[in-house]
Amino acid sequence: MALLQIAEPGESDAPHEHRLAVGIDLGTTNSLVATVRSGMSLVLNDERGRSLLPSIVRYAGGGEIEVGYAAQAHQASDPRNTVVSAKRFMGRGRKDIAHVEMLPYDFIDAEGMVKLKTAQGVKSPVEVSAEILRALRIRAEASLGGELTGAVITVPAYFDDAQRQATKDAARLAGLNVLRLLNEPTAAAIAYGLDNGAEGVYAVFDLGGGTFDISILRLSKGVFEVMATGGDSALGGDDFDHRVFCWIIEQAGLAPLSPQDVRLLQVRAREAKEYLSQHSEAPITVKLGSGEYVDVTLTTDIFTEITRTLVQKTLVPSRKALRDAGLTAEDIKGVVMVGGSTRMPQIQHAVGEFFRQEPLNNLDPDKVVALGAAIQANLLAGNRAAGDDWLLLDVIPLSLGLETMGGLVEKVIPRNSTIPIARAQEFTTYKDGQTALAVHVVQGERELVSDCRSLARFELRGIPPMVAGAARIRVTFQVDADGLLSVAARELTSGHEARIEVKPSYGLSDDEIAAMLKDSFSHASDDAFRRALREAQVEAQRLIEAVQSALKEDPELLSAAERSHVDNAIVRLQATIMGDDRRAIDQAMDTLSKGTDEFAARRMNKSVSKALSGKKIDQIGIDA
Amino acid sequence: MTTFALDFSADHFALFDIERGQGIDTAALETRFRDIQAQVHPDKHTQGSDANQRLAMQWATRVNEAYQTLKSPLARARYLLQLQGHDAQVESNTSMPMEFLVAQMELREAVAEAKVGADDTALDEFRRKLVAEMKQEYQRLQELIDVRRDYAGAAGLVRQLMFQEKLLHEIDDALEAVFA
Repeated sequence: MALLQIAEPGESDAPHEHRLAVGIDLGTTNSLVATVRSGMSLVLNDERGRSLLPSIVRYAGGGEIEVGYAAQAHQASDPRNTVVSAKRFMGRGRKDIAHVEMLPYDFIDAEGMVKLKTAQGVKSPVEVSAEILRALRIRAEASLGGELTGAVITVPAYFDDAQRQATKDAARLAGLNVLRLLNEPTAAAIAYGLDNGAEGVYAVFDLGGGTFDISILRLSKGVFEVMATGGDSALGGDDFDHRVFCWIIEQAGLAPLSPQDVRLLQVRAREAKEYLSQHSEAPITVKLGSGEYVDVTLTTDIFTEITRTLVQKTLVPSRKALRDAGLTAEDIKGVVMVGGSTRMPQIQHAVGEFFRQEPLNNLDPDKVVALGAAIQANLLAGNRAAGDDWLLLDVIPLSLGLETMGGLVEKVIPRNSTIPIARAQEFTTYKDGQTALAVHVVQGERELVSDCRSLARFELRGIPPMVAGAARIRVTFQVDADGLLSVAARELTSGHEARIEVKPSYGLSDDEIAAMLKDSFSHASDDAFRRALREAQVEAQRLIEAVQSALKEDPELLSAAERSHVDNAIVRLQATIMGDDRRAIDQAMDTLSKGTDEFAARRMNKSVSKALSGKKIDQIGIDA
Repeated sequence: MTTFALDFSADHFALFDIERGQGIDTAALETRFRDIQAQVHPDKHTQGSDANQRLAMQWATRVNEAYQTLKSPLARARYLLQLQGHDAQVESNTSMPMEFLVAQMELREAVAEAKVGADDTALDEFRRKLVAEMKQEYQRLQELIDVRRDYAGAAGLVRQLMFQEKLLHEIDDALEAVFA
C-alpha cells in the first residue's frame, strides 16, 4: 500500500507528490494506456513489450476471464464466449447493431442495451469493457508502481449520451476514477497541437475499428476550441472487413457457416484488408471447419470497388462538420489522420481530395489518442507544470430536445454547443386541472421523436390544478464537461416546486454498479473497505491542499473571523485523516467545503475581473 | 466586505466588457471569452473543493451561454431587444410584409424541388443568394438598433431573419441529403 503523504500545515507549497494519472483509449479493436513521465507522454507496454491490447474478452468455460491476446487466440475456436468489438454494443439495443445476424453471440435484448449470454452467465457490454479497462489499469499500476489517482477515458466524439454513460460506468466498474471523458479526435488534436506548436484551424479525421469522427478545431494561444464535430458511431474498419467477408462468401459460393467459420473468415477478411494497405493483391486461403476450402485473391481494385460507398460515407459528416463550423476546405490548415483504418490508401486518397491537401500522418494513428488523453489526465490530476496552461473547449455532437405534442422534437440545446452548457425551456399544461406532465428527453437531429434516440422519460407530478396553459413548467438541461446530460423540471407559477433529476434510463444505477463492484472484489470486502478509506483520505488531503494554496494566494478575501473559521475546519479535517473513520472524514470534508463556499465564489470573481483587466492593460499598451 | 454572488442576470456585454450594441468587436469578444474560460473552466479547478468545482461549472456554463448569444448576430439582436424591454414577439407575431412572404414561399418551393431533383448546383445557388441577402439585412438590423434605435422595426426584421435562417438550414439539409 502506498504511503500517504501528509504535509505539515503551511508546507503545502512543498513540491507535490506526482499523481499517477493515465489516458486510456478504449478502442473497438485495440485499447491502449498512456501516461506522462518527465514531461513526455508515452504509451505503457505490457510485460512483453506490446503497446496494444486487443479489445477482446473471453469468458472461458472454466471460469477464467482472458483479455487481449490470450482471448484473441481463442476467437475462432470459442467465438460464442469470446467478445470482440464490444464497443459497438455500448449503450445500444439489438436493433441498433449492424449485421447483428452475422454475429456469433447469444444476444439478450435487455432494455436499452443488449447483453450477451456466455459460459460465465449473462454479461453486459459495460462489463466486457470493464474487463479491458481493468487489464489496462493493472498494467499501468504495475508499470508506474502505485495506485492511479485517475484516468481520462476517450470516447468517439459522435458517441451519444447513452454510449458515454455506458463508458463511464465501465470505467467505474474497473475501479478507475474517471477524471474526464474526452473525445477521441480532441485527444488527438492535443497530442498533435502541443507537439507541433500548431496554430490555426485543423480537422481531425478519425476512422477507427468501429467508429468514425470528424472534428474541426481552432488552435489558438493554448486554447483548443472545437468548432464542430460530426461522424457516425457505427462506421469503421469492421465494416470494411464485413464487405470483404461478404465478398469471400459470394466468390467461394459458401453455404451457411458455423459460428467458428464465420469468425475465421472475419479474421481472414481483416488480414486481407490490412495486407492491401501495402500490397496490390491479397491471397486468401482458408480451410473451413466444414471441410470446404476457400482460395480467392482480393485485388486493390476489387477492394476499392466493394468499399467505395463506405469511403463516401465518411465524407458526408465531413461536409456537415465544415458547414457547421461555417468553413470550407480551403480554411483548413491541416488534416490530422487518426485511427488504424486511416492506413487504407482509399481513405488517404478520399480525404486528400476532399480537403484538397495531403493529410498529416506524422503521428502513429493507433497511439495518438491515448497520448493526448494522458496529457489531459496529467493536467486534470493536478500535475500542472510551467507552460501547461492550455485549455480545451469541446462541444456536444448531437442536439438535445424534448418531445412535444404530436411526437415532434423541440430542440433545447443544438449540436456543436460548447460545453458545459445549460438551457431552460418553458412548457405549459394543455388540459384544465392537469397535475402531471410527462417529460421525454431525446437526442438527435430529426424532427420526429421516433427518428431520434430516446434518452430518458420522467414525470413531473404535483402541479397545482390550474386552467390549461396557466402552469409554467421550466425544464432545464445541463450538459457537463464530460458531455453528460442531466435534466430537471419544476413548476414556477405557484411557488410550489416539484423537481426531479434524471439519469438516462439505459445507464446503470448506482446500486447496480455497487453490486457489480462488490462481485468483482470477490469476497474481499475488507479490501473494498480499505480502498474506500484510503480514497477518502487522499480526497481529504487534496481538499486541504487546495484550500491552503487558495488561502496563500488570496488571503485578503477573508476577514480575520472568516479566516480562523476556515483554519479550524482544516485542523479538524487533518485530525480525522489520521484515524480510520471514513464517515468522520466525509463529515469534516463537508464542513471545510461548505465553510469555503463563499471564499471560492470570491476567488472566482476576482480571477474573472483579473482576466478582463489584464486585457485592458494590454490594450492600453497597444493604443499608446 | 462585498459579497460576490454569481449573478446570472448580469448583462452579457458587461461580462465580456464590450460595448453594448448590435455592432460588436468580434475579435475582442473571442479573446475575452477565452481569457475568462481560462480562469473559470472546470478543467482549471479539478483540485478544488466540491463547491469550487460546482462554481466553475456554473461560471463556465454562464460564459458559454453569453458567448453564444453575442456571437450570433440574430441571437445578439434578440438579446439587445430584450434588454431594451422590447419583446421581439417571435412566437406570437407572424405578420410580415406580403412580398417577403411570397418570395419566401417561392424560394421554399424551389428548394424542395431541387432537393427532389438532387440538383446541388441549384441548391448552392439558392444558398449563395440567400446568404448575400441576409448579410445586407444584418447590416440594416445593426443600423436600426445602433443608429436609429428603431426597436419595433428591428423586431420585425429579426422575425424575418429567423425565417430566413430556418430556410438556410433547410437548404443545408437538402444539400446534405443530396450528397448522402
